[in-house]
Amino acid sequence: MKDLTLSTLIAVFEEMFGRGLFWTMVAVAALITLLYFFVLIRDHRVSWRKFLWAQLSMPFGAVAAVLFVQKVTSSSFSNIGGPVDWIVLLGVAVLGAVGLAILVYSVQSLVRGPG
Amino acid sequence: MQSDMRLLGRRGFLGLAAGGAAVAATLGPARAAKVRTSARIVIIGAGAAGTSMANRLVERLEGATITLLDGRADHFYQPGLSLVAAGLKPASYTLSKTADWLPKEVTLIAEKAAAIDPDAKTVATEGGTRLDYDFLIVAPGLVLDHDAIPGFSLDMVGTNGIGALYAGPDYAAKTWEAARKFTEEGGVGLFTRPATEMKCAGAPLKHTFLIEDIAGRTVGPGKYEIHFAAPQPVLFSVPIVAEKVRMLFGERGVTTHLQHKLMSIDPGKKSAQFEKTEVDAATKAEVKSTVELPYDYLHVIPPQRAPEVIRQSGLSWADKWTDQGWVECDMKTLRHLRYPEIFALGDVAGVPKGKTAASVKWMVPVVEDHLVAAIEGREGTEVYDGYTSCPMITRVGKAMLVEFDYNNNLVPSFPGLIAPLEELWISWLMKEVALKATYNAMLRGKA
Repeated sequence: MKDLTLSTLIAVFEEMFGRGLFWTMVAVAALITLLYFFVLIRDHRVSWRKFLWAQLSMPFGAVAAVLFVQKVTSSSFSNIGGPVDWIVLLGVAVLGAVGLAILVYSVQSLVRGPG
Repeated sequence: MQSDMRLLGRRGFLGLAAGGAAVAATLGPARAAKVRTSARIVIIGAGAAGTSMANRLVERLEGATITLLDGRADHFYQPGLSLVAAGLKPASYTLSKTADWLPKEVTLIAEKAAAIDPDAKTVATEGGTRLDYDFLIVAPGLVLDHDAIPGFSLDMVGTNGIGALYAGPDYAAKTWEAARKFTEEGGVGLFTRPATEMKCAGAPLKHTFLIEDIAGRTVGPGKYEIHFAAPQPVLFSVPIVAEKVRMLFGERGVTTHLQHKLMSIDPGKKSAQFEKTEVDAATKAEVKSTVELPYDYLHVIPPQRAPEVIRQSGLSWADKWTDQGWVECDMKTLRHLRYPEIFALGDVAGVPKGKTAASVKWMVPVVEDHLVAAIEGREGTEVYDGYTSCPMITRVGKAMLVEFDYNNNLVPSFPGLIAPLEELWISWLMKEVALKATYNAMLRGKA
């Protein structure tokens, strides 16, 4: 890569998904994160019961993210060739797990209210 | 504390977040002030090089007249052709409109250049328009000389086991029709490359690897043979890469025929004729003979040359590549050696490496620097070191990220993280997911 700057990266991502979809995805991710912080601040505490459900959802998020990435890139587990590939795979899994957990927590809080 | 939080409320919280986003949006590299000029700049060719250059010049210059000449309405994303020819992407994946990538400040003339007069500094178009220039950027790409192979013609592609993926998106899709039949029925697959310089010297190997991989999972082992024939004495111009490919071909059971130049084909007999060159051990003289190889699937890559308009204009090297006509230019600045107001970009440049889109990404900022410097009356400083990159696909889902320079040194972008000669999923992901996006960003002058 030559001159890998933030604006280059944004330009690349815009081209990858299309400008509309990319910024929509950024907005959705930001909105979910915001909702999460909002319910945390509103409730002023972490609800461990909701957190448990969020944690239980994590493996599903992880597996779904990995399968999704493999599906869209015509890949499979047999393509893992070196340590960096495991790191990428785990990174995708972690993103999926954390993303779904935050979503599940926030949705529960919004639907059920504090408590 | 709690009341403060309540005070903030939903609306205040969203406002705070929006403010943060606005601050983030203003971050970014500061743009240098534009250079004022009345220079007339003509760019021949709206491929990867010409389009990227036009977009960058519009950002750098104020008042310049920039004219782009290209007779083709469609823009081809050529790095995608290997994927199309292996059934992994549709032809449309590589197709867009030339005009869609250009800024409004650039005038596109939808005609080919018919003649260049470097002494009078004019370009004539096919339609008879005469354009005077102060600076000329020659980026017309190259031509595929399909007629140089008797027995072969483009209308055969897709039928009778004949493929030719270089010929464009539709031919790449037809190539897959022929290749798919081979992967389903087996037989002998024969993969070739030309004796001339060629764009993306990795592509003949990628196609071989991909079709072998798919055949291994479709018709199954033992039902097919893969043969790779090349006029060169090695599999790749960079020795360390050539050795790696030799080992992989060994593992995958690919039979290699080096110093075999495709001369003609006999589609009726399904056989291809090669000129084989051997060095006589006693006299050290080259001995040429004719070899016939049968095929069920044949991949043809024809000889490649500079377009006729370049070769007729006196811009080519007089003592190098005389059968191919690449533009005579300095290998570090890409500036013409006899006409300093002319630069060569992309495939047409007469430099030892660099006929790939990744090379273009490195070449364009160099030419931009020297051109803008010339307008300002100073010398440019940027240097092109021959950077060429090839995500060498070895299987569906695996690739090696091969990057090298003029000196055949490996120049990995991610040293210690992505090993250049290792077959990795991450390198495949880069080709599959990030490459086209990066390419498009480059076209817009943003990468």
